[in-house]
Amino acid sequence: MYRYDDIDKDMLADRAAEFRAQCARRLAGEITEEQFKPVRLMNGLYLQLHAYMLRIAIPYGTLSSAQMRALAHVARTYDRGYGHFTTRTNLQLHWIKLRDAPDILDYLATAGLHAIQTSGNCIRNLTADPLAGVAADEVDDPRIWAEVIRQWSTFHPEFSYLPRKFKIAVTGAREDRAAIRIYDIGLRLHRGEEGELAFEVLAGGGLGRMPYLGPTIRRSLPVRHLLSYLQAILRVYNRHGRRDNIHKARIKILVASLGAEEFARQVEEEWAKTDKAAVDLPDTELARVRAAFAPLGFQSLPRVSTVFEAAKSEDRAFARFARNNIIAHKTPGYAVVKIALKTPGETPGDCSADQMDVVAGLAERYSLDEVRVAYEQNLILPHVRLDDAPAVYKALADAGLATPNIDLISDIIACPGLDYCALANARAIPIAQDIARKFAEPDLAETIGELKIKISGCINACGHHHVGHIGILGVDKKGEEFYQLTLGGSGADDASIGQILGPALPADRVTAAVDQLVGVYLRERQGEERFLDTFRRTGLHPFKEAVYVDAH
Amino acid sequence: MSTLIKWRDGAASAYADPFVSLADDELAPDGDVIVSFARFQAEGDLLLGQHRRVGVRVCPDDPVEALAYDLPRIAVVALVFPKFRDGRAYSTAMVLRTRLGFTGELRAVGEVLREQAAFMIRCGFDAFEPADGTDADQWGRAARRFRHVYQRAADDREPAFVARLAR
Repeated sequence: MYRYDDIDKDMLADRAAEFRAQCARRLAGEITEEQFKPVRLMNGLYLQLHAYMLRIAIPYGTLSSAQMRALAHVARTYDRGYGHFTTRTNLQLHWIKLRDAPDILDYLATAGLHAIQTSGNCIRNLTADPLAGVAADEVDDPRIWAEVIRQWSTFHPEFSYLPRKFKIAVTGAREDRAAIRIYDIGLRLHRGEEGELAFEVLAGGGLGRMPYLGPTIRRSLPVRHLLSYLQAILRVYNRHGRRDNIHKARIKILVASLGAEEFARQVEEEWAKTDKAAVDLPDTELARVRAAFAPLGFQSLPRVSTVFEAAKSEDRAFARFARNNIIAHKTPGYAVVKIALKTPGETPGDCSADQMDVVAGLAERYSLDEVRVAYEQNLILPHVRLDDAPAVYKALADAGLATPNIDLISDIIACPGLDYCALANARAIPIAQDIARKFAEPDLAETIGELKIKISGCINACGHHHVGHIGILGVDKKGEEFYQLTLGGSGADDASIGQILGPALPADRVTAAVDQLVGVYLRERQGEERFLDTFRRTGLHPFKEAVYVDAH
Repeated sequence: MSTLIKWRDGAASAYADPFVSLADDELAPDGDVIVSFARFQAEGDLLLGQHRRVGVRVCPDDPVEALAYDLPRIAVVALVFPKFRDGRAYSTAMVLRTRLGFTGELRAVGEVLREQAAFMIRCGFDAFEPADGTDADQWGRAARRFRHVYQRAADDREPAFVARLAR
């Protein structure tokens, strides 16, 4: 993985020093909260319902074990001993004191971590395929390009005061595991007709109040021109995106109002006038970044591990974990171990400092020193030898981290909701906990199979409810928490926005409604259909009838 | 005359501002003036013919490309920040400097704050009317806070990807 060099480290140190001076001015009363607000937001520091929240960036979801330990240290020393991994692969600490913030940023900087551009109307932390460098269906490693964009977008002088926040996702694989269609810009690497590496460029996707799947604005962009083309997109958006209405300021509104074709034409026109050589990186720098992601330290191993196979036949619990949480690695003899931060009854995405240390230790010993954070609010040990998988499983189980429910009904995405967030209309966490408890029985969960439930506490859609197979949106009805259900959404290759099931339900009806929806699916499904497939075949009707039967 | 901060050769200094910024209905006095985009389009030739320097105040909605052929005669382009959050002027500055070849004074006016000093300079601004009482010394320190930059802009700072070649 990419290790920060002296220049990258100086950047973080300078930023931390700047923020320390700004905090001192605030604490001394030299600047007001109103003047301080944009400054702290640019450093990831929000003022929430109960305390300050610090959002730490985890660029494209990649951490070294030392970085994971640094996060554990901060959670233990400055917060309440745990943190919350988000759908943007950031870590949020919800109980921070303002006076500690400069020390935290200093400490994080020593580990090559920061909170730069995790808030504000700028280019936010990048996300990428969590299986980058691991998946067999990859044409190129998206982390190379994500790191290139990270550097280019850091303190970008022209694009730090955009109309609204701006998020970019990159994938290098055939299967989209980075949800690129719901991003402001989605990038998909592919090989062109003559074998050359190129990007398909999507723009104007996004969730929130008005969900859009991003249209393709350019089929094939030579990779060496990535940055100049991004500059052209951002410049068109910065100049012409709406600034009169915060709800209409995202690029998706500009793209939708101009039409994808006209937007693309304006980008091409801007790009044609751009001095590309001044913006695009020289091959030497691209090669330097590429080298940092070269696979390193793999052994030559047989494809099948007798240790792994024996453990599966001897231990049913391990076999279940292997079925649900372990997937193939492109290197023979290796596997990808997914760690669900989704123990039924716990808060989705929460991880204690002790658990972070356990994961760091396992990464160091068994996963070539690397951990990934997936947008599903789970962790991944990307490079585990099949021979070591049983030992990894045992260590995870001892730490309460071996819940075998990846992509199953209890692997629920939920934003922090009204338990923490000042924007929320309703709580998300207790709903997730209640549903997960209802389906905690592993045999039942496996019978139901892949079913992605996503919960947002407000229309900003941090929990991606629009693209949940079952989406749940918290709404406020005269001071009471209600929940609107949507069905049939997907953030994957078959991306779609979910359809509203019917009138919003009170909190105590949500789990029962999910149970009813699952009942319809189990009754109606044919062959190997997933919940999503059955819904797409039958349509809304049978599901709606089951949930609203009492209303007839 | 109000005080103006200018950025020359990596340092910020205070200057007396010789320009008077005119409202559209205000009669032009003798001497250097800055007028709105619309007024420049209507009266630019007249004002320029009166032995004075003329600047143009450009709001974010004004189509700056329309000034292209007049730029060699324009002494100052003053880009307006109606709110510090309104970042359109950064792109306007980049277009003026890197595409239209404007070499005169590029001035930031409106809600101009110390926190933005480095970004503004990188986009090609070289004169500032801070709204937060920042003096030249404070402006200069804010502008120089970062030892490195990652990308090329309208200034002459060496981006990291070039600096790395020499290491």
